[in-house]
Amino acid sequence: MYHYNDFDRAFLNERNAQFRAQVERRVAGNLTEDEFKPLRLMNGLYLQLHAYMLRVAIPYGTLSGAQMRRLGDVAAKYDKGYGHFTTRQNIQYNWPTLSDVPDILDSLGEVGLHAIQTSGNTIRNVTADHFAGAAKDEIEDPRPVAELLRQWSTDHPEFQFLPRKFKIAITGSPNDRAVTKAHDIGLRMVRNEAGEPGFEVIVGGGLGRTPMVGKVLRAFLPKADLLPYCEAVVSVWNTLGRRDNKYKARIKITVHENGIEKISELVEERFNTLRPQFSGVDQELLADIEAHFQPPVWEASDTGVFDAAYATDPVFRSWVDTNITDHKRDDHAIVSVSLKAHGDTPGDATTEQMHLLADIARDHAYDELRISHEQNVILPHVKKSDLPAIFEQLKTAGLGTANIGLASDIIACPGMDYCALATARSIPVAQQIANRVQELGVEHDIGALKIKISGCINACGHHHVGHIGILGLDRAGVENYQITLGGDGTETAAVGERAGPGFAYDAIVPAIERLVLGYLDLRTDPSETFLATYRRLGAAPFKALLYPEDAKHAA
Amino acid sequence: MSRRPFTPKVITANHLISGDVIYWSADSCWVSAHADAALFTEQDAADAQFAIANAQQQIAVGVMLADAVMGDNGPEPVHFREEFRATGPSNYFHGKQAEIASAGA
Ligand code: SF4
Repeated sequence: MYHYNDFDRAFLNERNAQFRAQVERRVAGNLTEDEFKPLRLMNGLYLQLHAYMLRVAIPYGTLSGAQMRRLGDVAAKYDKGYGHFTTRQNIQYNWPTLSDVPDILDSLGEVGLHAIQTSGNTIRNVTADHFAGAAKDEIEDPRPVAELLRQWSTDHPEFQFLPRKFKIAITGSPNDRAVTKAHDIGLRMVRNEAGEPGFEVIVGGGLGRTPMVGKVLRAFLPKADLLPYCEAVVSVWNTLGRRDNKYKARIKITVHENGIEKISELVEERFNTLRPQFSGVDQELLADIEAHFQPPVWEASDTGVFDAAYATDPVFRSWVDTNITDHKRDDHAIVSVSLKAHGDTPGDATTEQMHLLADIARDHAYDELRISHEQNVILPHVKKSDLPAIFEQLKTAGLGTANIGLASDIIACPGMDYCALATARSIPVAQQIANRVQELGVEHDIGALKIKISGCINACGHHHVGHIGILGLDRAGVENYQITLGGDGTETAAVGERAGPGFAYDAIVPAIERLVLGYLDLRTDPSETFLATYRRLGAAPFKALLYPEDAKHAA
Repeated sequence: MSRRPFTPKVITANHLISGDVIYWSADSCWVSAHADAALFTEQDAADAQFAIANAQQQIAVGVMLADAVMGDNGPEPVHFREEFRATGPSNYFHGKQAEIASAGA
């Protein structure tokens, strides 16, 4: 993985020292809040409902054991013993005090972590496929390119005051696990006819108030052209993007208003100007970065222990069937550790859990961890023979839940329990749905189902791309939940359609129950997923499940 | 443009250092419990106290007026957002609810 060089370290130390001085000046009364607020936001520090919140970037979702250990230490020392992993592959601390934040940033800086560009109208933390470097279907590890993009965009003088924030996601696999079609720029690795790797460049995707599936701007971009091309995209948008209206400023609106053809023309023109200026320095840098991302020295292993446990232990087998993904090596596996124990807060991990994960990574997983946008932790490289022992360890810390990709593996944003922008709660809705599907004992029967919940129209919980999306709103001073159906965040991306009138707080969980139980009767057979059934039948039978009274009247 | 009739309000903010939710009391100082807040029933008084509270930039951030009604033990929030601010999150026993419990113990 990428290790900071002296330049990176010096940069971070200087930024942290600057922020420490700014905090001191604010506390001493030499800076007003209006002056201080943009400075703290630049360092990832928000003021939420009950306290400050510090958002720490985990670039392309990759962590070492030592970094995970430190995240746990910070949670214990400066917070309430836990942290919250988000859909942007960040971790958020919900309870730091202003006076502790400079110490927290120094502590994180010691292991190469920071909170820069987790806020503001900048190019944000570049997100990547959480199986990067491990997945069997991968063409190339996308993280060197993600790191190149991070270095290029961090403190880039032209891009500090963009019309709005800008998000880039990247995947090295044709199967999109990074929701690239819902980002300002999405990069999906593909091969051209000659078999060379490059990127399909998608632009103008985004969720929020005006959800849009990104459009293909370039079907194939050679890898070497990536930086000048991205710079051309951002530059065209920086000129055309609407600064007059914050709701129209994102590139998705620019693309929508100008049309993809015009944007493509302008980008190609700008690209032709920029490309010669890059003179290959970026490619040297990339080669240098790639050296940091060399795969570990694989330890070959016999899978006998694994095969025996799989054959004889049904609990282990169930966990393997849901939480394990094929690794590019047959004697290894990718482990998704669920942070969605039924009834717990999605994405939260305690200090003890973070420490255990750090230990397991060090002892059994080549010291690597990933955070997924689905708010789970990934051990990307594990010898199959170690899986039974790892499963036993995970269970001792409440990390053995076998539910990846199932109904209780819910994405939920912090919502009104923490977030100052929220219009309703998300967390308790997620907790109750997870508890309910467990009580009913149906989630393995239901199979693949993505439920995603946001506490306001900003859609941090990705509800638009949930097979079932839930959006919490404030209707005349009461929480109200709108359901969308048929969303999809993969390479077959689609924005979910609104099902009908919203549900009150105490009616939303029963509504979801009707929907998932009713689906069991609608599917042709257990292999037809919720999404496939929805695509085959359309919304009508699902609406009838949600609104049985209307269905009766219509009959 | 007709002004909407004034509804009773408290003044609230977050504490600069701790980030805790705080309320402006009848003694013109910041307190931690919603029930100890001053309830303003007239626009002029609310505006005047708001100006004083809002000047305390070294203590309070995001000073604002929030609707409230008088209850048995003092002012109570009207909107659910203010209820959560006055209590704490619903997924953990953290924030105000924990503060109040440990003060009572
Ligand atoms: S979706 Fe809204 S409520 Fe949820 S975290 Fe984002 S801004 Fe906050």
